[in-house]
Amino acid sequence: MKDRLKSTPGAWVISREILEASPGYPSKEELKRKPVIVIECPEEIPCDPCETICPRGAIVVGEPITNLPRIDQDKCNACGLCIPICPGLAIFLVDNTYSEKEATVSFPYEYYPLPKEGDEVNAVNREGEIACKAKVLKVRDPKSHDHTSVITIVIPKEYSNQVRGIELQQKVDKNE
Amino acid sequence: MRIFYHPILGKLEEKRKITLEVDGKKIAAYEGEPIAAALLAAGIRVLRMSPKREEPRGVFCAIGRCTDCVMIVDGQPNVRTCVTPARDGMKIQTQKGLGKWAKKL
Amino acid sequence: MGKETMNVELAVVGGGPAGLAVAAKAASYGVQVTVFDENERPGGQLFKQIHKFFGSKEHQAGIRGHDIGYSLLSQCEEFGVKTMLNTVVWGIEKNMLGIQNNGRTYTIKTKKTIIATGASENPLCFPGWTLSGVMGAGAAQTMMNVHRVQPGQKALMVGSGNVGLIVSYQLLLAGIKVAAIVEALPKIGGYMVHAAKIRRTGVPILTSATICEARGENEVEEAVIASIDEKGNVMEGTQRVLPVDLICIAVGLRPLAELCWMAGCKFMFLPVLGDHVPIHDENMRSTVKDIYVAGDVAGIEEASTAMEEGRLAGIAVAEELGYLGSEEADEKKNLARKRLESLRLGPFGDTRAEAKRKLTESEVNR
Repeated sequence: MKDRLKSTPGAWVISREILEASPGYPSKEELKRKPVIVIECPEEIPCDPCETICPRGAIVVGEPITNLPRIDQDKCNACGLCIPICPGLAIFLVDNTYSEKEATVSFPYEYYPLPKEGDEVNAVNREGEIACKAKVLKVRDPKSHDHTSVITIVIPKEYSNQVRGIELQQKVDKNE
Repeated sequence: MRIFYHPILGKLEEKRKITLEVDGKKIAAYEGEPIAAALLAAGIRVLRMSPKREEPRGVFCAIGRCTDCVMIVDGQPNVRTCVTPARDGMKIQTQKGLGKWAKKL
Repeated sequence: MGKETMNVELAVVGGGPAGLAVAAKAASYGVQVTVFDENERPGGQLFKQIHKFFGSKEHQAGIRGHDIGYSLLSQCEEFGVKTMLNTVVWGIEKNMLGIQNNGRTYTIKTKKTIIATGASENPLCFPGWTLSGVMGAGAAQTMMNVHRVQPGQKALMVGSGNVGLIVSYQLLLAGIKVAAIVEALPKIGGYMVHAAKIRRTGVPILTSATICEARGENEVEEAVIASIDEKGNVMEGTQRVLPVDLICIAVGLRPLAELCWMAGCKFMFLPVLGDHVPIHDENMRSTVKDIYVAGDVAGIEEASTAMEEGRLAGIAVAEELGYLGSEEADEKKNLARKRLESLRLGPFGDTRAEAKRKLTESEVNR
């Protein structure tokens, strides 16, 4: 038990290539230019709430329901309604225009306790490894999200393509 | 341990607290929860000893199918504790083998 | 034996997602429905499914399983479905059920019966598999999501199908640490999005790996895991010891079909659907007159498919009992079948769709 357990390579990993080639992933230019919704949904599963909830018709699954969600970045105004509705928690909002050196990443989060706005936290990548420090900008948990909070963190821009969450805040057992 | 706060299910609903007697020791429980859940919350995970080799057994299926969790409840052996609601003052014993009736009914 | 006899127009055995969906649907057309369930509360395993469901709007996608459960219950109430809880159905023959409630035995005469008894989890044999602390993944899910008790503090998950992945995630939600997920196959079995959300917390997923042993005096204290080769043999030198007090087994489910066997239903062996499965036609009618099946007992799938099968059976029964004209019924059944088909699309569904076709197209159905 000296070294940490590591996932078998290729066991689950959605490679960057697969993700970036999937129709829900924005192009490099779009990622630079404006806040964009990033859909990391590369498997044909029967699911379409992202399409149903989008008020601008920017996300299209269509028929059959197993189509990968496509997103029209020109129609999308990055409102983020699709983030908490996705049962796979696979939708993110990346804003590389936040400031000169910083970007924001918004992601769905269902753990207890929630971080607080202003907290300094560790941002993690898709493998759960700490990528960089982050500051919690927003925690949105309205009733309509049905317990899927959307958290926005500020991180150095160079990490915006890999950061997809934060370290769990449950180190101290706060039960009771 | 009980899950007092759950991110999806919210705060644990207050239910009537009752007392069970497990092998002579008193433990707290909520009325109506399965006996096995109350025992688990009290840290009791060995519920019976198997007939042949006297090996410890605990909850396996939690839906009343496998009978791994049977105990002697109020003198009656082979009670499936994962689906039997806890009632105040119940006397529960770790079952050895096939168990014995407390008295002739 | 029971002297008391009750008459029931439609008896539904099992008040889980399939049974409740049948009941609500059939009752909405006027059928007199009674649901029998051996538990204190109806809902079956729906109330432990606290995640948002996949599917489309018609399948209530994006809504959590337990909320779907509450809405099914209120529909049943609205349409006057009767429920007999704490009631075991122990016998079935033709249009008769033997039931036991509170120590008393009764006979139920029915016009139609729906068997919606669900499924149970498969165990897995390895040294130490009987230790306390080794339990079904669904059992752990019941303890934490329904009864709000932690089944352990640190867990190993065996199996990476959707059950293994979803329960791993829910262990984390309940404040339980997950040491690893092991999967014997070279690839995970469930959805990548489920794996991705677990991986974001750093929980390792080990494929081509298995559990070798559970160790502990009376309860699980350690698990030994190892890599396996293509033939399934443990590769020497790859063993690792994990300090865990909970080992969850998520290696599939099988239909709880005892009543179907007892009733004389014909079966087909379809491993994709979990085991021997009662043959049914495209109206969910078994090979025995007046007996229908719905949900996991008719082949292991998901709660959303179980509910659609239930609705389909509910419409078919209402039609046969004369509450629905055949034209209207056909239209409704086709819609239900369409919704079912859409849940069986894609790489995760097509093997199930094919197996279901084998059932419905079987010659035994006439």
